[in-house]
Order: sequence, then structure tokens, then C-alpha cells
Amino acid sequence: MTTHPEPVAYPFSEPDRLVVHPRYGELRDQGELERVQLPFGKPTWLATRHEDVKIVLGDPRFSREKALGEDEPRILSFTHRPDSILTMDPPGHTRLRKAVARAFTKRRIETIRPRTQQIVDELLDEMVAAGDTADLVRQFALAVPMMVICELLGGPYEDRHKFHHWSEILASTRSSKHTKEDIAQADKELRDYLAELVDTKRANPGDDLLSVLVETEQTDDPLTPEEIVGLAWSVLLAGFEITTNMLVNSVYLLLTNPDQREQLVQEAGLLEKAVEELLRFVPLTVGSFFPRMALEDVELSGTLVRKGETVLPSTLAANRDEAVFPNADQLDFHRDSNAHLTFSYGIHHCLGAPLARMELQVAIGTLLRRLPGLRLVAEDELPWRSGSILRGPSSLLVTW
Amino acid sequence: MSGWSVEIDARTCIGTGMCVGAAPKYFQRKSSKSVPVHDHVEPDEDLLDAAFACPAEAIRVRDEATGDVLVPEA
Repeated sequence: MTTHPEPVAYPFSEPDRLVVHPRYGELRDQGELERVQLPFGKPTWLATRHEDVKIVLGDPRFSREKALGEDEPRILSFTHRPDSILTMDPPGHTRLRKAVARAFTKRRIETIRPRTQQIVDELLDEMVAAGDTADLVRQFALAVPMMVICELLGGPYEDRHKFHHWSEILASTRSSKHTKEDIAQADKELRDYLAELVDTKRANPGDDLLSVLVETEQTDDPLTPEEIVGLAWSVLLAGFEITTNMLVNSVYLLLTNPDQREQLVQEAGLLEKAVEELLRFVPLTVGSFFPRMALEDVELSGTLVRKGETVLPSTLAANRDEAVFPNADQLDFHRDSNAHLTFSYGIHHCLGAPLARMELQVAIGTLLRRLPGLRLVAEDELPWRSGSILRGPSSLLVTW
Repeated sequence: MSGWSVEIDARTCIGTGMCVGAAPKYFQRKSSKSVPVHDHVEPDEDLLDAAFACPAEAIRVRDEATGDVLVPEA
């Protein structure tokens, strides 16, 4: 029996705006992995260096699937299902990924850019027509990803309030008002809803992703109804509020960093690089999740991770690693290369990354172009999310 | 010739590591990108599955006998 240092509580603190906790930097400098205890599950190692995080995410000596169960170190109370695209190892994972991958390639996503532009323009038309101040979260940032993902998946936009309700509850941390039972109930309601939606697609197929998944039932490698619901669950939840939150934080950073914003206004060609830098820079969640289990002994930065132990890869700490990003704590839209790990790395690299990039480019580019005078009404009084795994302002009152 | 050819476009590859993770027999990491282990291989569905899953559509698989492009799909 190896003895380990006493674990420290993780996340290191309640989130403070978009400040990255200094402990991440200390750990990167110090090199060795930290022993941490999350709100749920067993103690685990925490990896913070870019190089280590990439190994944990990309090296087949680490398994996501084997880390599951009641012992899985987690911020959220519910245990992840072992049959999900988010949790499986190859070859099961490859099979599910293949079924949805073609809907999310860069080329396919470019075909919905014009429609996304139209959605963004219409929302801004409405916002401007309604007055001279608006809550950018409610009137814009929630709506863009929701409309896009509903159209792509084939879900009715009229049901957005239900989706939002379920999504919010499923992101609840221990400090939220929602109980474990509320979370289980929301999960069941969402799955039941999606199962019904899949039935309607089976009867009346369209050209959306759900219909494409249903069509696989006629092939020699059919997806089961449960697998289709599971994929729809992942696509809907990942495609909606996380993108909303990234968009809100991006706009917040642009409105509170006038120099960077001015660069982007002056040089529209900088947009792609700016979006990559915002993706690197924003700490989108209160902490890291999705630990991996070592399938054999692996040494990482001087710490021996024994077979059967888990490591939590901190992509947000890796994104601030000076070894890869000089002046990592500076928001710099002119970085030549930007190998951030926000979309993860390896087989679980975010399926929707091309979609998220496209949506952020269209939404941010259009906002700055159409509302050049955009500013926060009261920066010091911004309400911040709490009780959620996502961090960022919960509303963003702006004028223009 | 009955095999397949495998290429990765280095300009398109964004180094997600997706193919290396899904089919380490056929793909490997080289600096920050992925490259095929062999340029010519025997037909294998596992290779196609990994190639289809590339988010950048950087992987090209061709049937050398017919010249047909198997991945990406037209």
C-alpha cells in the first residue's frame, strides 16, 4: 500500500469572476501532481502541465471508461453512464463517434454558417428594436446556440424552456438548491422527451441529425433506440449552454478589455484568432472533470501514477502553461499558434468544436460590427453564476 | 494492387489526436500533428471508422485498385 499526501479540497475555491486560482500556477511550476478530493468520489491526482494533461487525455494507457462509477472523482453528483460517447473507450466509442462525426465536420458546419448569420441578425434586430438596453444573456447568448442546435438536431425550438430547465439542473453542483433527486428526475424527463422525439422522426424523417441516426436502424450496424437517445442527450446538452456560457464570457472579456476589442474592430481578419484565444483564456467551468484511470504505472512530472489510480486532467491549467503559451495570463489575439486544450485532446476531442467555433465567430463578429458602441451598464454589479459547474455572468446588461 | 492508401493533409490536420486514439495501429503523433504509420495498408474497417471520425476531414483513404476515394465521402 503506497501512502499518498493528504488530499486538498478541489475545486480550490468558489469561483471569483474569471480569475484562475493561483494554485494551478504553483502546481505547474512545482511539477509534481497534486492529490485532490472532489465533492464526490475518491481522491485523485490533478495534472496541470500542458504536456501531462495531453498524455492523460491522449495516451491509451489512460482510460475514461474505467474511471466511472460511484468512486469517480466528480464535481457533479450524478454518476456518468458507461454507454455514452462521453465516457466510452475504443472500440465502442469509435462506433458511436462515427455515427455522428459526419454531421460535425468543418465542411458540414460551414453549410449552416449562413443560417447562423441570419439567426444572429434577427436576434439583434429584435434587441435593437425593443429599446436601448438589453440583457445579452437572455436576449442573445441563450438563443443563438439553442436555435442552431435545435435545427441541427431536429428538436422543436418551442420547447427551449424545457431544454434550458433540464440543462440547468443537470449542471448543478453541491452548493445549488437542486437535490440529487431533482437531477435524476431532470435526466429521466429529458431522456423520455428525446425518446418520444426519436419516435416521431422514425415516423416522419427529416434531414436533421436525429433522422440520420434513426436511419442507421436500417443498416448492418444499427444504433439501438437507447444509443440514439444517448447521443441526442450529449449533443443537446453540449451544444447549448456551454456555448452560451462561452459566448457570454467572451463578450464580457471584450467589453472589459478595450484594447483587445479595439484591435478586433480595426482588424476584422483577426476574428478567427481572437476566438481561439478566447477559448484558451476563458475558464469556462468551476474546475476540471472527466478523470482517467491509469491502466499501468505511468510517471508524470515526477509523480508515479500507479495502475488503477485516477488523474484529473486540468485543461484550464494547461491552457495557462508558459511552456506553451508565452505570457499565458495575457489575452493576446496575435498568438501564432494556439494549441489550447479547451476542446480536450484525443478520442474525446469535442465533436462540436467546428460548430462552436463557427457560432462564436458569427455571434462575436456581428455584435462588434453592428453595435460599435456596445458597453456594460454596470460592470461592478454583474451577477455571477453560482451552484453550477459553469462559471460566468448570469446576466449581462448592455447598452449601445 | 488490392490495398488502400492513407494520407493525412498536414495543412488541414489540427492535431486533435482523434485518429491516434481510435486506431493507434494506423496513426501516430508526430510533433503536434498526426501521421499515418504506413502509407499503404490492407483493407480494414477500423481504419475507415477512425478516418471518418476526423473533425478536420484531414484523412484521405483511397482504394488503390479502383482509385476510389473511400474517405472523405463526396
